[in-house]
Amino acid sequence: MSTVTLKPYDFPAKDVRENFPAPLLYIGWDDHLMFASPYCLPLPPDTPFGALESAVLPGIYGEHPDFGKIDWSAVQWLKSGQPWKPDPARSLADNGLRHKDVIRFRTPGLTGLKGSHS
Amino acid sequence: MDTRVTKKKLGLKERYAAMTRGLAWDTTYQPMDKVFPFDRYEGIKIHDWEKWEDPFRLTMDAYWKYQGEKERKLYAVIEAFAQNNGQLGVADARYINALKIFIQAVTPLEYMAHRGFAHVGRHFTGAGARVAAQMQSVDELRHFQTETHAISHYNKYFNGMHNASHWYDRVWYLAVPKSFFEDAMSGGPFEFLTAVSFSFEYVLTNLLFVPFMSGAAHNGDMSTVTFGFSAQSDESRHMTLGIECIKFMLEQDPANVPIVQRWIDKWFWRGYRLLTIVAMMQDYMLPKRVMSWKEAWEMYAEENGGALFKDLARYGIRLPKGWEIACEGKDHISHQAWNAFYNFAAAAPFHTWVPTDEELNWLSEKYPDSFDQYYRPRLEFYRERQQAGHRYYSKTLPMLCTTCQIPMFFTEPGDPTKICYRETTHGGDKYHFCSDGCKHIFEQEPEKYVQSWLPVHQIYQGHCFKPGVDPTQPGFDPLAAVLDWYDLNVGRDNFDFEGSEDQRNFATWRGDAPQAGSAKKGGAA
Repeated sequence: MSTVTLKPYDFPAKDVRENFPAPLLYIGWDDHLMFASPYCLPLPPDTPFGALESAVLPGIYGEHPDFGKIDWSAVQWLKSGQPWKPDPARSLADNGLRHKDVIRFRTPGLTGLKGSHS
Repeated sequence: MDTRVTKKKLGLKERYAAMTRGLAWDTTYQPMDKVFPFDRYEGIKIHDWEKWEDPFRLTMDAYWKYQGEKERKLYAVIEAFAQNNGQLGVADARYINALKIFIQAVTPLEYMAHRGFAHVGRHFTGAGARVAAQMQSVDELRHFQTETHAISHYNKYFNGMHNASHWYDRVWYLAVPKSFFEDAMSGGPFEFLTAVSFSFEYVLTNLLFVPFMSGAAHNGDMSTVTFGFSAQSDESRHMTLGIECIKFMLEQDPANVPIVQRWIDKWFWRGYRLLTIVAMMQDYMLPKRVMSWKEAWEMYAEENGGALFKDLARYGIRLPKGWEIACEGKDHISHQAWNAFYNFAAAAPFHTWVPTDEELNWLSEKYPDSFDQYYRPRLEFYRERQQAGHRYYSKTLPMLCTTCQIPMFFTEPGDPTKICYRETTHGGDKYHFCSDGCKHIFEQEPEKYVQSWLPVHQIYQGHCFKPGVDPTQPGFDPLAAVLDWYDLNVGRDNFDFEGSEDQRNFATWRGDAPQAGSAKKGGAA
């Protein structure tokens, strides 16, 4: 389907990569819905993936009592909902992450505040 | 000799015809299609505009007389309320935050509706539909004004009400109602009526009106109640227009049915998403509860809406897509929305808070299948943190749904432990959605929604700072710069209710002793 219009209808997409200083990456932590929604972050493509764990996520999720208990070697990542194994030593770009990709992580054994998935 | 002339007075029906359809004419200098370019391109086939049943036999002179009387009564009440310091009679200053949402998110929609109906009131070929739309346009403008007047009294005493029009164009959460209405207004006139008059006013408006107005009554806010009564007679006329328009399109040509069904699917879902904020207000922001969102949904959507769609089945119309998912959401969406506003309370011009124990128990009782299991623990955790001096505020911007523009806090149908993620690719770019409903709407008209002004993305593109602000400066604080661009009074309009100026002032005016724990700072972390 497409928009029914009287005249040709062709307008630029607002959120293409060129409009941002860095590509956007969406990140969510499964089973920890105290954080109401996934987050949106502009991250330079040469950021090492491992910097998420060490530098980015603590500032976002650190207030949760489960965060300190995460065993990072056991964390399961999903990209667009599919299991995915990133290499922490390589950059976001080299891990195949593009503008507006969505990734999530699961932390086995951690089910949120009082097991409520919060 | 003078001839006696018998003055003939028109009967009611003739008079009505003369003052509505009698004022219309077919153009001759220019073809009608050129003068009315918008009422065919959507694909709706109308064979006989004469079959349009005027939903409410009201002429303009009667309209002015009737509305003038109503407004005299309304302004008498507003005046008396002001003279008697009615603002001190409300149940609790937390209630005022429901009025802040009203003036920020609902009142600007009245103005948009005024514009939208003025537009379609010009563009239908049928005079009956034009007159009905024009009258509604005037109603909506009146509602915008009377709401603004009624709430202006509160604005003298409370924060978060002084800048509603400015915020409507800027503040992240207000992009939800704004984009809803702009989506409707940028459709053709038939889609607009299906969106606003039918899907919103006819199917869903009770869910907006009843909780706000009964909520106001229960919480001692008589000026809002009176506004509600004043508007209610208009609303019934608007609802009649909604159902008339639908039936007219369906009866005119069978080829209209699939088009109308597609619009109903789209606008039911958009309206349902928009009402999420009302769900939250109803369950969390009325110190004296009326009924739960779930109960309201069961009564007004499941029972009344269900009966309506049974009635429309004879035209070949079925329940809107996503109906079952919307019904399942009744156990969850108010809690999920409150959590989101609690998270982002630094960036919205109203207060949030953790409900009292008594209120938490009410929620447990009303939501036996969801509240204790999923939502109570996070609220209790927030309270612990706040009492320890660490009120939780999220400082990172959320991922938004491209269609409804709401942060992606809705969960998977059937699994309230997982966020619902949906995505699609268009023109080489990814687009994300909170639900199958929003994804489907995008896929029907991707050219439209790739233009979405998503607040989070606009902030990251650098469009939400005042002129001259340099985001590359060392120590640049983007949130502070955005709030400055919003013209939000940081520390007064935002943050937790606990410790707010509203809370302190209200207690002082009423001579209440400060409540235990109220000395705790609720400010930013």
